[in-house]
Amino acid sequence: MRSTETAFFDKIKIIEILNGIPHGAVILDRDLCIVEMNSSLELLTGFAVSEAKRVRADFILRCNIGKSEKLFRKVLETGESLSVEGNIITQDHKNKPIHFTVSPFRNDDGNSVGLFVFLEDISISHSFDQRGFSSDGVKDILGHSSKMLEMFELLPVLAHTDASVLITGETGTGKDLIAEAIHKASKRSRYPFIKINCGALPEALLESELFGHVRGAFTGAVKDKPGLFRLAQDGTIFLTEIGDLPLSLQVKLLSVLDDREFFPVGGVKKEKVNVRIIAATHRALRELVKRGEFREDLFYRLNVLRLHLPALRERDGDIRLLLDYFLRKFNTSLNKSIKEYSGKATEILTSYHYPGNVRELRNIVEYAVHICRGKSVKKECLPDYLVSPLMDMEVNEEQDVKQIDTEGGVQSKPVADKAEHAVPIDGGWRDVEKGMIIDALKKTGGNRSKAALILGWGRTTLWRKLNRYSLN
Amino acid sequence: MRILITIQKNSVAPRFDLTTEVLIALCEGQKVLGKPRTVLMTRPSSEELCALIIKENINTVICNGIEESHLQYLAWKKMRVIDSVVGPYSEALKAVTGGFLRSGTVLPGAKQGDGK
Repeated sequence: MRSTETAFFDKIKIIEILNGIPHGAVILDRDLCIVEMNSSLELLTGFAVSEAKRVRADFILRCNIGKSEKLFRKVLETGESLSVEGNIITQDHKNKPIHFTVSPFRNDDGNSVGLFVFLEDISISHSFDQRGFSSDGVKDILGHSSKMLEMFELLPVLAHTDASVLITGETGTGKDLIAEAIHKASKRSRYPFIKINCGALPEALLESELFGHVRGAFTGAVKDKPGLFRLAQDGTIFLTEIGDLPLSLQVKLLSVLDDREFFPVGGVKKEKVNVRIIAATHRALRELVKRGEFREDLFYRLNVLRLHLPALRERDGDIRLLLDYFLRKFNTSLNKSIKEYSGKATEILTSYHYPGNVRELRNIVEYAVHICRGKSVKKECLPDYLVSPLMDMEVNEEQDVKQIDTEGGVQSKPVADKAEHAVPIDGGWRDVEKGMIIDALKKTGGNRSKAALILGWGRTTLWRKLNRYSLN
Repeated sequence: MRILITIQKNSVAPRFDLTTEVLIALCEGQKVLGKPRTVLMTRPSSEELCALIIKENINTVICNGIEESHLQYLAWKKMRVIDSVVGPYSEALKAVTGGFLRSGTVLPGAKQGDGK
């Protein structure tokens, strides 16, 4: 038994151990050339291990840790491990903060024969430190409305399973944040979280990005490229805008979900992957299925666990909470000392319907903080389209709202059903305007002067419109 | 065509922002005209390097790691940037004049033991 075990451990390849490490890891020889490196480092540097082997580490890692060769040589000479913070230039031209740990490999005589360099990406903790944010993803998602509390209760359940998750919700509701929070709370959190926007790339390029390609697969494929599925090994891949995934790739994605293996573009050898898939879309997938634009089988395969993020207008009380949060945040980052919103500004901000949800609210507050010169955000500091909403209000007729449905069913409701500001979407502009007038009058208890003020019109204009819509 | 290569000893320098030496070559077709000259910089600085590139009317920049902002700046200035090039700068020059140098290339001579 013992000899069998020894034989087994003898067979283990270094690369398999390295690939089990969820951070960059590389082994160097005494000449500081690369002997082996793992797939996480391939992802960081953009160089495949076959290209990087026997090349001096400096040229592949592109780090700034002083004169890295000096540091590496010091570890070789002293035989003592060292840890330093620095950065590297990644394949996507980002300057990424890295914590380097350099340890020597010794032979039986105790002499250093090589180095093990471990590169831990510390960009997340850096950015959180700089912004004063919590490093826990879930804590960055704010809300105390009943809908959000329901969602917070559901999150740990989603994190502790390994099934595919489909996140739906309007644009700006925080689908990306939630996906990352699920990953961080899951057992895969130490492995990569890779996000790809399915609508951002043309079909051929998307296939190559997702599944990789082999050298010579197409013009310009001068080397093997690992796809994002391979690079996300043991981690989570987040496919955002899944509704925009071309039909041909939907078939391939379905086979990955079913068999956990795929062929890279132009490849003849199947690659096995162990990746959790989280998909998100702002589009109504069931409608796309009905129209034949989305495969029904893939829809059901992704729709194992469904999480619908409520629109901001459905989150009672959260608008005020978010307004205060972003005011504090931008006060700090822009070095301002604004204390509050004026009464009028609060009224406008809390009664706006936020079609762009939290993203739009955040941008509005950022704009206001930039513009504001006093201690309080006034009406004048707000974007014009908020102050005179009728000029700019748009209604997206395709927008629909889905509700969390644990059984996988989908219930569509028009936005108007949920919105505080009823916005009927069937009758066009006339109905929208009529709805807004009724809303304003309700708020002011029928006081036309105040209603006109809310609507940004003169009293005569309101009177004329009341007559036009027979509301007199 | 005027080519600038960021260099460190005999190789393309690992990082654009930490470069202190560049090689400037004038090429016509596949030929390098005259002897390429090297320029030493007083200190590593991406901004000063970008200014030098503009001043020297460079058409093509060959480098290894470069940050997005500098890449965008050079592209905006209508510069062709071939980045993530690893290996001896002489090979990089040969490859670019031959018209087959691409971003992400590991050149012959980059690996230990190559050419021995």
